[in-house]
Amino acid sequence: MILIGERINAGFDPVAQALKDRNAENIRDLARKQEEAGADYLDINMGAISKDPEDMVWLVKTVQEAVDIGISIDSQKPEIVEPALQVCENDSLINSTTAVEEKLDGLVPLAVDYDASIIGVTSGEGGAPQDVNGRLEHAATIFSRATGAGIPPGNLFLDPVAMPLKFMQEQASNLLKSIHQISNISDPPPHISLGISNISSDATERSLINRTFLVMAMAVGLDAAICDVTDPKLVESVATAEMILNNEIYSDSFVETYRMA
Amino acid sequence: MQIPDVKSEWDNEISTVKIGATEKEGGTRSANISVGGETTLPFLHFEGSTPHRPVLAMEVWDIPPDSWPPVAREQIEGVMEDPVEWAQKCEEEFEPDLVCLKLKGCDPFGQDKSPEEAAKLVEKVIEATSIPLIVWGCGDDDKDNEVFTLVSPAAAGENCLLGTITEDNYRTLAALSKADGHKIVAESPVDINMAKQVNTLALDIGFELENLVIFPNSPALGYGIEYVYSIMERTRLAGLKGDRLMAQPILANIGGEVWGTKEAKIPEEEKPEWGDHRKRGPMWEATTAFTYLQSGADIVVMRHPESIKATKLMIERLMEGRGE
Repeated sequence: MILIGERINAGFDPVAQALKDRNAENIRDLARKQEEAGADYLDINMGAISKDPEDMVWLVKTVQEAVDIGISIDSQKPEIVEPALQVCENDSLINSTTAVEEKLDGLVPLAVDYDASIIGVTSGEGGAPQDVNGRLEHAATIFSRATGAGIPPGNLFLDPVAMPLKFMQEQASNLLKSIHQISNISDPPPHISLGISNISSDATERSLINRTFLVMAMAVGLDAAICDVTDPKLVESVATAEMILNNEIYSDSFVETYRMA
Repeated sequence: MQIPDVKSEWDNEISTVKIGATEKEGGTRSANISVGGETTLPFLHFEGSTPHRPVLAMEVWDIPPDSWPPVAREQIEGVMEDPVEWAQKCEEEFEPDLVCLKLKGCDPFGQDKSPEEAAKLVEKVIEATSIPLIVWGCGDDDKDNEVFTLVSPAAAGENCLLGTITEDNYRTLAALSKADGHKIVAESPVDINMAKQVNTLALDIGFELENLVIFPNSPALGYGIEYVYSIMERTRLAGLKGDRLMAQPILANIGGEVWGTKEAKIPEEEKPEWGDHRKRGPMWEATTAFTYLQSGADIVVMRHPESIKATKLMIERLMEGRGE
């Protein structure tokens, strides 16, 4: 399971403050905490706080001072993504493109040029479709554009869009069906990723909903997630699911072993 | 007809473990040896690289090996009373890659030799030989901890391979090996889950996985070999796929297993239909070795010079064409 830590997001007040004050130590601390918790990538999101590419560059540089794991540059704007890719020495992941032509045109070549992985969100001109077929159509568009441009399936993450359970309860089962179908798109398949926390937006018991949904999604083919890796129960659930799915060899300390590996 | 491409791509490489230290490296060995580093399954040179050939170690005991059948014993006639001469003869005449000194005599239910005696012997064997050394405890946890407390520093700097740590007994030997610059053998009883667990425990107390080899036990041909074959293979597959707790070189310790079987031991006079036991025994050992080499073993500990010779030849042939 590829875990992408979501905590460096200027939508959170402490991160917004740290960005404003250029408080590098606070950012590095968040990076280290997520790495220790088991993150493979750290998502960096400036939220609505900034549109300045320099801010993203500063965040990327600050994070890689602290950790060696991958960096997920959370923006759909090439003018923000490219300068960040230029300074990124760790593995990089562009988060994200959609199936909209203009986005694909702007971001797919960057992934190729900088040997970055890229997330493709199944959303198009008319927004994110709620049905399975609509999601698959966009997934196919992104897949063919990305692989046609030379991005190997292993560097492509397709994200069939998690929607808040509280407001669109029927969406969750559509999403699970979509994951299963996308996993058959090619052999080897691309990664399938989700922003897990969306599913529990504005609900109570968020952590419980997040980890339960994550495990159900893993069972049908999800192999990457943008999530709160600092939630120990979530990582424990992932470790257990990986073992049940026979992706990890059981040992008595399987939770600890999962974190260490 | 088009031949399908069967090459697999692996994410991970098996760790490389170096055993033995030359003068330059703070030891006295004439050369060191490296095992591991594979990026493919055994001998699939078309698919990935096998930078180091598997190596063979020959057993030397600190007491006369009375339990060995005559066919194995007669090879060391005249030296088996003296482990130092025995080790020397091994190196000079039989040319294994390593000597595996087994401290059987320390067994509290046997001769109960003292840790001091063991440490002195290790020093002498180091002096008398020039190839890298494996030192193997007697198997009694408490006694082994006492013995290695003196043996490990006595061999400090020589970068030996010390064995074994287990799920129930790992702290002392791991700490000693770390302090004195040795590598360790992590033993698990025919159980891949336990193999992973022992590695986890070692890592947890700060022992680097790069300094460890996995020993999942290694029964002889005809006595459960297929079970361990699949464990070794699964271990290697997991390691190549990226499970870093399974990505270590593997050791097979087959001498004691093979030479305890009736197929290797029983003389021709008793079982004429089984043919010449002088050939049969070494063949049994060599065939057991070949099998483990095919499933991922990087180090094989053996007893008979003839089977070592045959296994070496086999390895040479299997390594031919490497990188071409």
